[in-house]
Amino acid sequence: MRQSIIQWFRFASPQSFYPLAGRMIPWFWAAAIIFGIGGLWISFFVAPTDAQQGEGYRIIFVHVPASWMSMFIYLVMAFWAGLGLALNTRVSGMMAQALAPTGALMAALSLWTGALWGKPMWGAWWVWDARLTSELILFFLYLGFMALQAAIDDPRRADKAGAILALVGVVNIPIIYFSVKWWNTLHQGSTINLNKAPSMAQTMLWGMLLMALAFWMYSIAVALMRVRAIILERERHTEWVKHAVE
Amino acid sequence: MNAFLATVRRDLLLALRRKSEVLTAVFFFVIVTSLFPLGIGPEPVLLKKIAPGILWVAALLATLLGLPRLFSADHVDGTLEQMALSPSPLGLLVAGKILAHWLLCGLPLVLLAPVLGLQFDLDASTLGILTLALLLGTPLLSLIGAIGAALTLGVRGGGVLLALLVLPLYIPALIFGAGAVEAHSAGLGAGGHLSLLAAMLALAGFFAPWATTAALRVALE
Repeated sequence: MRQSIIQWFRFASPQSFYPLAGRMIPWFWAAAIIFGIGGLWISFFVAPTDAQQGEGYRIIFVHVPASWMSMFIYLVMAFWAGLGLALNTRVSGMMAQALAPTGALMAALSLWTGALWGKPMWGAWWVWDARLTSELILFFLYLGFMALQAAIDDPRRADKAGAILALVGVVNIPIIYFSVKWWNTLHQGSTINLNKAPSMAQTMLWGMLLMALAFWMYSIAVALMRVRAIILERERHTEWVKHAVE
Repeated sequence: MNAFLATVRRDLLLALRRKSEVLTAVFFFVIVTSLFPLGIGPEPVLLKKIAPGILWVAALLATLLGLPRLFSADHVDGTLEQMALSPSPLGLLVAGKILAHWLLCGLPLVLLAPVLGLQFDLDASTLGILTLALLLGTPLLSLIGAIGAALTLGVRGGGVLLALLVLPLYIPALIFGAGAVEAHSAGLGAGGHLSLLAAMLALAGFFAPWATTAALRVALE
């Protein structure tokens, strides 16, 4: 047991995390591509046309996973940020910094695909509904996090300031999630509910879950690639980086 | 508690010696709200409908305007470091500074709001709800804003960055604050909105000084 604890903390050092991340990246990329192909095949060729929404509904296979990821990545980011703040580990802060652009991308993708879906379904690109607005706020929170980190030159201070901001912003996540219940508005309630059987065809569900897995794997792979770049940049004065780059 | 009151007193005194800084934010509030009718047109029905939103957004921006001053002067002349070193907890002193900030930047807005509401043809009971909502909401704005002010302390382009960080966090306050007035006008009763606003104030009153202190310690390192 003692041994395993030491093993985990070994990877809190950039030097030992760098090669580990390098080894994991190809696996996550491979998984992302396999799940992506499977998910896209189901969502385009297997899943039936929706009775009410026609073919246009197929955008949910991108929209829903992107929305999930945008919210989940913020939580993961806040987790790493909090860990970095509590334990003062360097890789945690780098991990939070590496996740932010992917999270912002997912939020932007979710808003954009939502707009593309909303135009044929609701007849409007944008409605001031609680969920849409919360997603927009989430997007702003990502931008604020990245802007704050970019504005502070000292990386350790940037990590800590960003961590506090991320933890403050995490209060926003439950508001997003419960907004549908709080404000009774246009947006349909969530389609997948753990308490009752999903109100969508089985194949649609599979397509969406596969796409969600593909998005997960993609996010992890990209975040790891980014964290490797951040490690190299911040540790450029050390001996091992000089060897690693050669 | 003595240290808390001393900090409030000190900040009020400092502000009263330089009145123009405080008054600028207040006049900003007045001017911004007066610009909207000029931009939209003098229709009373429309103005009455959008008045709560305009007053709230203007209050948000006016609070934002005063935020950089919250810590910057003390940071520059080293007072903040002395506060961090002092035997009384920094969180308490920070809470005192936030209270002083609200008394200087928030309270004048609350007192002015009924007068400005008259410009928008709001009736007496609506004005009461608006003032009450602002009374609950502006301390919330000061508390949340203090976190942003501490995070951007001494950072390049701090003012604009502060807006980017803080404004998204202000949105719930805006929604419930303006929503209270709208619900009252629609005859639904503003109790629910005001309660939520008060709940957020209680939450922020507990957590915000703490988060601000953490952010200040990061900035002082």
